[in-house]
Amino acid sequence: MKTLMQAAFAAGAFCLAASTALADPAVVYDAGGKFDKSFNEAAYNGIEKFKAETGTSYLEFEVQADAQREQAFRKMAQRGADPIIGIGFSQESAIKKVAAEFPNIRFAIIDSVVDLPNVQSIVFKEQEGSYLVGVLAALASKTGKVGFVGGMDIPLISRFQCGYAQGAKAANPNVEVIGNMTGTTPAAWNDPTRGAELAKGQFDRGVDVVFAAAGGTGTGVYQAAKDAGKLAIGVDSNQNHLQPGTMLTSMLKRVDVAVYESAKAAKEGNWKPGVTVLGLKEGGVDWALDEHNKSLITDDMKTKVEAAKADIVSGKVAVHDYMSDNSCPM
Amino acid sequence: MSGAPQVALPRWVDIGLMPVINLVQALLVAGLVVLVIGVNPIDAMRIMAWGAVYDSVAISYTLYYATDFVFTGLAVAVAFHAGLFNIGGEGQAYVAGLGATLAILLLDGYLPGILLIPIGLIAAMVFGAGWALVPAYLQAYRGSHIVITTIMFNFIAASLMVYVASDLLRAPGDMLPSSREFAPAAYLPHVHDLAALLGFQMHSTPLNLSILWAAACCVFVWVFIWRTRWGYAIRAVGLSPKAAVYAGISPKGVIMVAMCLSGALAAGVALNQIIGYHHRLLLDFVAGAGFTGIAVALMGRNHPVGIVLSAILFGALYQGGAELAFEIPTITRDMIVAMQGLVILFSGALAYMNRPWIARLYAMFDRRAVLAEAA
Repeated sequence: MKTLMQAAFAAGAFCLAASTALADPAVVYDAGGKFDKSFNEAAYNGIEKFKAETGTSYLEFEVQADAQREQAFRKMAQRGADPIIGIGFSQESAIKKVAAEFPNIRFAIIDSVVDLPNVQSIVFKEQEGSYLVGVLAALASKTGKVGFVGGMDIPLISRFQCGYAQGAKAANPNVEVIGNMTGTTPAAWNDPTRGAELAKGQFDRGVDVVFAAAGGTGTGVYQAAKDAGKLAIGVDSNQNHLQPGTMLTSMLKRVDVAVYESAKAAKEGNWKPGVTVLGLKEGGVDWALDEHNKSLITDDMKTKVEAAKADIVSGKVAVHDYMSDNSCPM
Repeated sequence: MSGAPQVALPRWVDIGLMPVINLVQALLVAGLVVLVIGVNPIDAMRIMAWGAVYDSVAISYTLYYATDFVFTGLAVAVAFHAGLFNIGGEGQAYVAGLGATLAILLLDGYLPGILLIPIGLIAAMVFGAGWALVPAYLQAYRGSHIVITTIMFNFIAASLMVYVASDLLRAPGDMLPSSREFAPAAYLPHVHDLAALLGFQMHSTPLNLSILWAAACCVFVWVFIWRTRWGYAIRAVGLSPKAAVYAGISPKGVIMVAMCLSGALAAGVALNQIIGYHHRLLLDFVAGAGFTGIAVALMGRNHPVGIVLSAILFGALYQGGAELAFEIPTITRDMIVAMQGLVILFSGALAYMNRPWIARLYAMFDRRAVLAEAA
């Protein structure tokens, strides 16, 4: 009996140790799940690109409950994964704790800042990308009213909204911006039904272009726009292909690039801790133009949005950051 | 099934064999699901079982999850002894978290932990019991069915907590809907901290001293239900309200007491999660423990010993499930939920599905035994 137990223990230990990987990167997705067509999926695409290019495999985990966050990071660290990339601001407290326990392992967090010597914090200037799609929205609007549907009501999403409003006003000072948030809980990231309702409400008030910064909720917004013959703007990933002919453009937040760069830098030995801010200048945010929306973007619009982009990059135009003072002057 | 002999089964069959058969059936079906996606089910089961126990960290996580299930399992069991099906453990535990949070947020600048933690726990129990009180009153005095009202109260609790966490307690500029973090004095000590004091090195895990409170609750429930007048009244009402009235017991009072106790037991989840681990109010911190508690109580046959055993089993399923998702990427977290759901289905909803054929089988063997004796 005793030897049998020992054998069982050994077999179990073996099966847990078998897949131990050293210095492979790891990704911990947020509760939205890696196939959310938006934020987390962008991270997935980034790490897949890294895998395809370097042939290095990676570890991954999708968080299901808050209690698992810390556990996931610690397990990755015990496996020797490096760097360990946490997707989303919700991972902040878990990374703070685990990164302090494993000072020799490199961590990265997207969308939040953790001030530790072995953590790279990657944040985006969402306001700059939103400014550009705001310019396009105002130029495309015939009614002079543009809409915004946010996901969860948090400062980060207000940052999108504020940049969008500023861009729209820059292109057309008389434009009216109507905004709604989907909700106040994480469920707001994945509520397409409510997204569609909010969009319809805005269409009834005269809006004819709507920008959704709402994760999975956006799909409902785009569908509503298609049904009503209006225009919509996607977010995070390039979502132009979701409803061709309806999608005016997408505000790109290159989470994929951030994840890819972090993993690659660690592999090549030029990884740096600290805060990395990715704006228009760094290619961290942008607007999307491809075969699905080129018929909707006129040459005039393209010229104007590229001019706005150049102005932001050169510093001639400063886009207000909502999170700097928790208010929007628009 | 009417032809099945209604023999009284011995206790070891009822509380030992039948839950094991339920579990095996659930694992067989789960194994088929795993097989369909092309993973060897034996490997998957081994990782899941091993992942729950392979070292002190895994065991700690298993016990940490199990602690929640003991509280909610006891909550369901106490109400069940009074003939009440309390589906509201989820909402009661959730609102209890609000009680604990409010008490600690108010006082953590002034009091030491030795006072803060008990006050937080008492506040949690008062809030949990209070949330159970309304459905209890409606059942006792208005005849509204407790199953319906407790389910509805779960939804009300969820909406209330969203409002509180995102509109009242959230710090300005904070992304997460949550309260501020408590002062360290209000942290219930972790088991690994205590181990360090005693000179053992343990990895940091969420396991905390609420496990002792869970043990105390088990003893209390056993004494209360089987060794006190109140417990006798509760069991009498549960078995037959009319007979209880004849014996001079008021079912109304019993319903109120049983439900308040149930809510106060569910409040232990707030001790484990809010005071013991997160140290602040988070949305959805109960994470389904209230519903899992129903299966835990059914599988544990509403007895504290059975509840502890089935809570550990479910804790192991949660911890092992996380390991499985970690080890085999093709098994997604949604599949883990499905596998846990199968175990809940077979050991909870279908707990007595096997009774007829087991009874028939048992009767056959029993007759043989009798005949052998006669010969």
